[in-house]
Amino acid sequence: MNAHQSLAVGQPIAPPEAMSPAAAAPDAMVRFESISKTYPAYRGKPGVNALQDIDFAIPRGSITGVIGRSGAGKSSLVRLINGLEKPTTGRVIVDNSDISALVGRELRLAQRSIGMIFQHFNLLSSRTAADNIALPLEIAGWTRADIKARVAELLALVGIADKHDRYPSELSGGQKQRVGIARALATRPSVLLSDEATSALDPQTTRAILDLLASINRELGVTIVLITHEMSVVRQLAREVVVLDAGRVVESGHVADIFTHPKHPITQSFLAEVIGDSLPVSLASRIVAEPPVGGQAVIRVQVRGAGAGDTVVARLARELGLDVALLSARIDEIGGQHVGSLVLGIPGREDAQARVMAWLSQYQFPAEHLGYVA
Amino acid sequence: MSPELINLIIQATGESLYMVGIAALLGTVFGLPLGVFLATSRKGELFAAPLVNRVLGAIVNATRSTPFIILVVAIIPFTRFVAGTSIGSTAAIVPLTIASAPFIARLVEAAIREVDGGLIETASSFGASPLQIVLKVLIPEALPGLLLALTLAVVSLLGYSAMVGAVGGGGLGDLGIRYGYQRFMPEMMLAVVVVLIALVQLVQSAGDYLARRVNRRLRHR
Repeated sequence: MNAHQSLAVGQPIAPPEAMSPAAAAPDAMVRFESISKTYPAYRGKPGVNALQDIDFAIPRGSITGVIGRSGAGKSSLVRLINGLEKPTTGRVIVDNSDISALVGRELRLAQRSIGMIFQHFNLLSSRTAADNIALPLEIAGWTRADIKARVAELLALVGIADKHDRYPSELSGGQKQRVGIARALATRPSVLLSDEATSALDPQTTRAILDLLASINRELGVTIVLITHEMSVVRQLAREVVVLDAGRVVESGHVADIFTHPKHPITQSFLAEVIGDSLPVSLASRIVAEPPVGGQAVIRVQVRGAGAGDTVVARLARELGLDVALLSARIDEIGGQHVGSLVLGIPGREDAQARVMAWLSQYQFPAEHLGYVA
Repeated sequence: MSPELINLIIQATGESLYMVGIAALLGTVFGLPLGVFLATSRKGELFAAPLVNRVLGAIVNATRSTPFIILVVAIIPFTRFVAGTSIGSTAAIVPLTIASAPFIARLVEAAIREVDGGLIETASSFGASPLQIVLKVLIPEALPGLLLALTLAVVSLLGYSAMVGAVGGGGLGDLGIRYGYQRFMPEMMLAVVVVLIALVQLVQSAGDYLARRVNRRLRHR
């Protein structure tokens, strides 16, 4: 892909004549164009290539997950969007303006239309919930009366109107992040960046915060960019996903497409977090390499796609006339698609196992033979 | 103790409070911005100016390593230039200020550096200017530490003020030396020490109380 092309996540490739930067993806809220980011060597530490060859777009109004392991470059990427960091090469276009070219006052004005929430909330301990939310408005020069009205509105929006006068030390983690979200939305931004915003929260609170973000996206139309290392966050909230590894985008597209057909090992490892790639201990310990008399062959089948998981066992039993045992199964839904794996026990003879494998490959279910159990 | 002596103690206490109060005020006026700058001007920081930072740091260190009594004498021409005289309580405020400002600056620097760097990034992310970050984030968040720093500075100034008797500055320390030591009046010495102890206790308690009051990191239940 050359410097002037950029693919919108999940969008069909535009025809070549539409590839000028302005028209490449007219509905892109954020567009990375040939981005690289290098941190120079400093005080004996070697330089770091944090990001390389980054070219993708985040559609307006979408919830896009950027997932990667620690050190993959996620934080650098998100800080390019709000101009906290400058790319070494390339441009970052946010809402049709090149934020990577802005400095000083112009940059600060542009930053008001980009909200950000943080893993550790980053609330001022010296200010109440209401005054924390008021901070960006004070900075933007709003009048006292306007601030008061807006803060009340925001506290209600995030569901903590009763915490108006509470200090952060008196709030729970979830409540603090709600204050953080209200503060990020205060100046009515068009983009909300979330930097591991739920990583410090328990699963139940995470769920509530993700639901809140979803409703904000739905009701306010704010584009949300989620930086995370947690597959569960992408699965619950994102419709688009960008998989980052070692500073490069290794896969990007609709969540359902990417995770029903993961190509890169990193993507597969994230998927494994959801559907699991290990057998139950009691089963794994019983598996042997040689078929015992009257034993079962153990086959693991990957299922992908809407409803796929429901029918495999029934169809196998019906079409091949075999008593197929379900030894273990893990199926989840990602972007409306079933994704998971079934571990089947195939009875008896060698030819039954071969017929099952042939049938699975005919219907394109990836399968592997794991061994035998008595 | 005779009423005259008690009057002397009251007068000396007034002089000490006057010198220390004005010097602490002026020391804060100069030391606070200097401390904030020292805390925010290293490489990659808000007001990055590493060279200026190093030069100011060296000046601060030089001032702080000069024994106070030598500083008092060494800057007599400057004191005369600023205060019009080098004798008396008002003149003594000049060396007290010059000694306290770098001290306060270092304490302020330490308090400001205690503020979570994530808050600076947060404020930057919603478009705060460096000055807004200092005024709306760094100073309010460091306020408990700043109040304790100021308390420490006032207590140190009380100690320093005992030495300005050498240039006719007056005050409690001067009274203790001239009456208690040179005129062999141990009860005078004792009285001066008791008053100083009471003052230090008072200042420290007030500082602790205020710092606790503004510290919202603790629960107030």
